[in-house]
Formats: sequence, structure tokens, C-alpha cells
Amino acid sequence: MRDVAILGVGMIPFGRRDEESLMDMLAHASLNALDDAGMGDKSVDAVYVANMGAGIIQHQTAIASSLVDRLSLLPAAADAVENGPASGGSAVKNGVLAVASGYYDYVLVVGGEKMREVTGWRATDFVSTMTHPEAEYPYGVTLPGMAGMFTRLYMEKYNVTREQIVAVAIKNQEIGILNPYAHIEMVITKEGIMDSPHSVVNNPVGADPLHLYDMCPVSDGAAAVVLCSLEMAQKLGKPKKPLVRVAGFGQATDTHTLQERDDPTDLKAVTLAAKQALDTAKLKPGDIDVAELHDAFTILEIAESEHVGFFKKGEGGKAALAGKTKLGGEMPINVSGGLKARGHPVGATGVAQVVDITWQLRHELDKNRQVKNAKNGMTVNFGGFGNNVLSFVLQRVEQ
Amino acid sequence: MKVDLELEAMLRAPEVEQPSYPPKIITMANGKKMVVREAAREDVPVLLEAVRPTLRIPQDFYDIVGVRLYAELLGWYRYRVRNEYCLIGQVDGYLAGIVNGRMMGEDIGISLHTLAIDRGLRVGSHLFASKMEHHIEYLGQQEVWITAESPIGFRRWMIEYGLEKQTDVQHELGGATSYRLSKELYYETKPRLVVGDRPVPQEYLDVAMKEIKVADEATIREKIIGVK
Repeated sequence: MRDVAILGVGMIPFGRRDEESLMDMLAHASLNALDDAGMGDKSVDAVYVANMGAGIIQHQTAIASSLVDRLSLLPAAADAVENGPASGGSAVKNGVLAVASGYYDYVLVVGGEKMREVTGWRATDFVSTMTHPEAEYPYGVTLPGMAGMFTRLYMEKYNVTREQIVAVAIKNQEIGILNPYAHIEMVITKEGIMDSPHSVVNNPVGADPLHLYDMCPVSDGAAAVVLCSLEMAQKLGKPKKPLVRVAGFGQATDTHTLQERDDPTDLKAVTLAAKQALDTAKLKPGDIDVAELHDAFTILEIAESEHVGFFKKGEGGKAALAGKTKLGGEMPINVSGGLKARGHPVGATGVAQVVDITWQLRHELDKNRQVKNAKNGMTVNFGGFGNNVLSFVLQRVEQ
Repeated sequence: MKVDLELEAMLRAPEVEQPSYPPKIITMANGKKMVVREAAREDVPVLLEAVRPTLRIPQDFYDIVGVRLYAELLGWYRYRVRNEYCLIGQVDGYLAGIVNGRMMGEDIGISLHTLAIDRGLRVGSHLFASKMEHHIEYLGQQEVWITAESPIGFRRWMIEYGLEKQTDVQHELGGATSYRLSKELYYETKPRLVVGDRPVPQEYLDVAMKEIKVADEATIREKIIGVK
């Protein structure tokens, strides 16, 4: 197996992009990544397109075929990858395997979703199609509903407080303002969303005990990476930007429904995927300098930070409240703003996490968002309600 | 414009004396304070400046809400709408949103429009709630008739308040379905939907009363559409 390098990355600002089609967004992010890779006259051999809902929302299928033609990348191989909110991670994994195996040299992976062209109700329903079609969906289960139940259990079992959960929301929105790609550019305060009696309107209950600001927004957006073998990347001459390698990845699954799990608070797939990624990279959680965790709901950042091993069970919430997960803290998490502030166009998220960590490892972000001397970064892309999880460990390659 | 007062006397409908809305202050999600107060008729030209950019924003039906609100405010300014009032939200003096309504009669209030300029902070929710508060608690009305012209409005008002659909009457904004907030329903929903402190600390009230600041057109468009 060959070592795989991230040759280029690109993103477009997440948010509400009324003027662009899904295909426009995918093309735009792809071109940004191809430019960043400095591909020159080289073409890509294969394209993997992560997307969850084009068939439902845009009534468009076979989007990979459409995109390669749009980008004039014919006759590159092209596949669409649908794996719920973990579609992005799955597409990156497929790209990494294709390069590592030696079958393809240059691979473009792009993830995108256009969710804002339907109402919030429709978007919630569309995301709910990933729930069990007999045991969950017909009973009105939604992802916020599931996350609410999970939060209640997690709070009870590990003494997580509302103050700790709110700390995650405040942290991610605070730094999201500094991210030009973030959907939400608004500071929130503890007074405004929790302490003041007026918070009952500012931050209403969405799925008890989760409130409005505990949930990620519904976003449009796209992100892309260009992969090639590390050896080939190094032969391209002195790179304009530091190279980043995919040091390891992991993927694991769990039962489709939460109720079938021995302990619904145990996110086994997160633990297994992260361990596999770290083991492959020959690293330990303590070696990671910066992480992008899938905080579709604030509780998930806390739970995932414990399941990947950054903190012991029951300590993640305390760490968030103590500022340990902020930029400059002992384990900076979601310095992009995470899904909470950058947004969560479901098919794009797993790719966007890799893009953000790559920028961190290249040390090219503004000082107010850059983790100093970051060498190892990690992502967790959480599909379903933890039933399909991907994790990547990326490493800066010192020249 | 020169006005023929003799003709005006025939055109202008007699108005009832309306109790005023006492200002209140609300802490927003971002920690900033929004002063909600009643606008005066002479404030209308400034308010129209803020509404004008929305006439060309089709997203979320801002154009239809904007154009109607524009007409209603102008109608109030020129004495062509009877018993109208307008409440505004200001943050650091800047206009964050506008709501208006009118008394159809002693017991029935008409909710006209709600327009949020600062989005994502539930300005619209706070101002709509203030409007209901004004009708029921200060104008002393028994019910308010409401309709929605956008999905956001429908979700906010009809669903959050659990409004009663009324098929036997027509809301004066047109053919859209009419809903009703009764006094009982208002007091039932008040604890979770109507907030604000009174009296407004003098320093905040002074800033609000001194000037209604209006962001420039590009800023208003960016605030509403959210395009970077």
C-alpha cells in the first residue's frame, strides 16, 4: 500500500447559497481544490462525489457522472458515494484506498449538499430517512429527537450539566466567526441563551433537553480534496505548500437502531473507528494536536471527545467548560466552528473536516484560528446516530 | 406636498385614542440588548428607508412583506390607515425589526406585518410577541386576527402559538387563511413566548429615543439574505 498525500484542498463558504445549484457548488469546491493542488495539465484518474440527498431534494441522481463532465475531467472514473452524514468520510476513504492500492494516481474527492432549497421541515424529514424504516421513521423519529434522548441519557449517566453543553455551543460559534467558510457568524453568550429569563425565547427547547443553539444549522456547501501518492507528490518538485499525509483511517458500524444497543450512550463505532485510525497512524489520542469532531448536536462533541480517548468518560463536558477544548487549550476541538458554526451540508461535512485539518497542519490559517505547530490532526465523521463512523488521522510531512 | 385641509378632513377617518405601548428591553442570544418601543408617526420616513431594500428581496417572501409594510406605514403617515400603530426593535439605536398592526374595533386587533432586519436572533419572534402583548394587555382587546405570508411566519405564529384557524372571517390582508389569538391563548402562551423587562434603563432608552439608526442598503441586504 502506498502512502497517500493530500495534494490540494478547497471549500466554498457554507450557508445559504440560493444562486447556485448543487452541481455549481460541487464544481466550485472541486476547482478550488484542483487549483490548490497545482495540478497543471495533469488530470485526475477518478472522482468520488459524496452526497446524501440529491435524489430526494434535487430529484437528481448520478451526480458523479454529471460532475466529471461539468469539470471536463472525462474520461475519469466517477462514483457517487451515499452513506448518510458520513458520505464525505466514506468518499475520502474510497479515494485514499484507490490511491493507496496503486490503481489510481490522482483522485478528486468532493462532497456537497444543497439543503436550503427546501423548508426546515422537509430538510429534517430528508435527514430522518436514514433512521430505521420500520422501527423508527414511521413513528416520527427525527435526528434532533434521537439526539435529545441520547443527551438525556448521557447527562444522567455522566453527570453532564447544561452549562457544559452550552459551553460547546458558545465556543464553536465564537470561533466560527473567524472562519470565512462558516455558515453561522454570530456570537452567543451564556446570558443570552441560558441565564437570562429571556433565553426562553432566544433559545427555545427543540428536542428536550436540547435547545435551538445545541443544534447545527441546515446548510448548503461543498468541500473537496485532491489525493495522490506521497511519493508522487514529493516528486512533483518542492511543493508550494507543506504536504499532509493520510496517516490512518478507521471505519466502524453499529446497530441501526439505538434501542438495540446494550448501552445507547456507548458510541462503539466512534471508539473503534478512532482506534483503528490512531493504530494505523501509530499514534495515541494524546499525540493529536487538533481535532474536528462531528458536533451535529453539542452533546456529540462532548461524547466523541471521550470516545476517541481525548478525555475519560464523564470528563469531556468538564473539559469543554474549563476551556480545554478551545484554541490554545490542551486539546483544541472544532477550531473551524465545527458543524455547529461552519454548518452541516451532510454530504460535504466529512470532506470539510479533512480540509480544515489540512489547513491546520499546513499552518496556513490566521493566527486567531491556527493551532500552533500542529503536526497531527484527527477527524470523526458520524453517520446515522453513530451506526457508521469514519475517522481520519492526518499528519504534516516535514520537508 | 401641499395638503388641502378641507378635503383632508373628509378623507381622514376618525381615529380612536390608543393607549401607548410601554417600552421594554430584551437580552438577545448574543448578549446585546434590544429596546422594543412604539414608533411615532413622524418616524415613518426613517422606517421606510429600512423597508425599501426589502422590496427587491424575494427570499423568504421579504418582497411581499416589505411592499405591504411599506404601504401600511406610508398609509399611516399620510392618515390613510385607521388606528394603526408600529413597534420597533433597536439594538444600540439601530433598527433591528418592525412590526405593525391596527385596531379593527374595540375588541378585535389586526396583526399586519413583522419584518426582521437582524436575522438569526429571533428578533421577529420577540417583536411579534410584543405586538400580541400590545393588543391584549395595552389596547385591551379580546382577540387578534393573524395571517401569514411566508413559511417562516406560518411556522412562528401559527405553530408556536397554536393559533385557532378561523374560516368564517376574512383577514384584511387578503385571501390567505385567517387565524386568531384569543386573550386566553395569549395568557397561556405568554410564559414561553413573551419576554422583556420594564422599565428600560435610562441609558438604553436614551440611545433608542435619540435616533432610529438604519443600516445602509447593502448591509440590510446582507443581514437578510446572509450571502457572503
